Amino acid sequence: MNAKERDLAYNKYVEARIPKTKAWPSLFNSFWVGGVICMIGQGASDLLLYCFPGMAEQTASTYASIFLIFLASLLTGIGVYDKIGKFAGGGSIVPITGFSNSIASPSVEFKNEGIIFGMCVKMFTIAGPVIVTGIVASILVGLIYLFV
Amino acid sequence: MAKRQSIYFYNKPVISGSYSIVGPKEGQGPFGQYFDFVMENDLFGEKTYEKAERKMIEHVIKGAIKKSKVGADNINLILSGDLLNQIISSSYAARQFSIPYLGLFGACSTMAETLAVGAMLIDGGFFNNVVCSTASHFSTAERQFRFPLELGNQRVPTSQWTVTGAGACVLSKEGTGPRITMATFGKVVDYNIRDVNNMGAAMAPAAADTILTHFKDTKRTPDYYDLIVTGDLGKLGSEILLDLLEEKGLNLGTNYMDCGHVYFSRKQDTMCGGSGCGCSASILNSFIIGKLNKKEINKVLFLPTGALMSTTASQQGDSIPGICHAVVIENID
Repeated sequence: MNAKERDLAYNKYVEARIPKTKAWPSLFNSFWVGGVICMIGQGASDLLLYCFPGMAEQTASTYASIFLIFLASLLTGIGVYDKIGKFAGGGSIVPITGFSNSIASPSVEFKNEGIIFGMCVKMFTIAGPVIVTGIVASILVGLIYLFV
Repeated sequence: MAKRQSIYFYNKPVISGSYSIVGPKEGQGPFGQYFDFVMENDLFGEKTYEKAERKMIEHVIKGAIKKSKVGADNINLILSGDLLNQIISSSYAARQFSIPYLGLFGACSTMAETLAVGAMLIDGGFFNNVVCSTASHFSTAERQFRFPLELGNQRVPTSQWTVTGAGACVLSKEGTGPRITMATFGKVVDYNIRDVNNMGAAMAPAAADTILTHFKDTKRTPDYYDLIVTGDLGKLGSEILLDLLEEKGLNLGTNYMDCGHVYFSRKQDTMCGGSGCGCSASILNSFIIGKLNKKEINKVLFLPTGALMSTTASQQGDSIPGICHAVVIENID
């Protein structure tokens, strides 16, 4: 058996040995925590519309997003959001709060390396690819919209 | 005297003192009672985790020298290594001592590397007393190799928890205590595992290679040893190791243990167990040497394993090379 065959056989063997994540409990926790986060956002938006009846619906949902971003950053700062994330997985990564956490957590982590080269540079190490993808996608959609 | 990868020591160096220090989580684990010092928190009174890690090395070096009773003035050399880039924890800790220093890197196998090199230097007659030490810290390793601590992600089932811990021992030409009788140096072995969350699988082939070589060179069988102990293969890695050895017709028997696998209790939720230089170093310098000193066990084969990767190499799609060195520690008086 040559080295390449040996490596392939070994990788195949390891793949079979790897313990698998239990899908159903993960999905269930993900589902209800994600749902609760969205409910908090909807609640914030509804409350705003109730208190200020003249407010446009879009303005209210913008404020709700801002509130969720603030809340997630705060929970990251006091060391709670990582515990929620460990429990809920995708349920707390996918909503806007997960995005907030992905920017706040490296900021907290790298503040010891200074404000510019630590915090500001490292702030986008996780969120960066998401932002780039978002911008590129909106440019493409914009171009399609322009010509079609 | 030298035979293939294995070397026998003529003037067998004595482990005249050893010291270990761990973080609070490690202190709550099954080995908590054996460690010399358990830190109240991971920062150890410092501003950053990196500074805490180097203070841990300083602390264990001082502790080991004190317990050896040879006196700091009689220490000829410090041999140390760690996981951080440019092994800063070791070098910055050595800055605090006016003792010559050699930095060594063997990833999580560093403890065996320092012991083997130290033993050779003493056996060769160059030095009388040498300190060997290493450390790892969960929070410094996480930020260098993985994600920020506060990021809300989930750990995969094959991942391991880097141990916050350090260990050091003094090797002396003369004195009483367990002795280092031989060492088997390991080759770099790579079976093309690319998953950085599965270090156990990446390192197991290296451990198997060194173990097979050791028994072939020495013509010993596993029952020669009271304890055969690998470093941080973890639950999955140690199971793979036993499978790999069985394939070659070697059964390690009931005296086999993996430090990573047993480091934390199940409740502590570390997936496949502990890892890092400090994992095997803290158990060796507390539990194992303690048992050797009490003569509860007399022959130990110590085999910490290391994954010699970097984040750059991994991001460029390279696989993870593994290494494993063996050191034999025996009571012979």
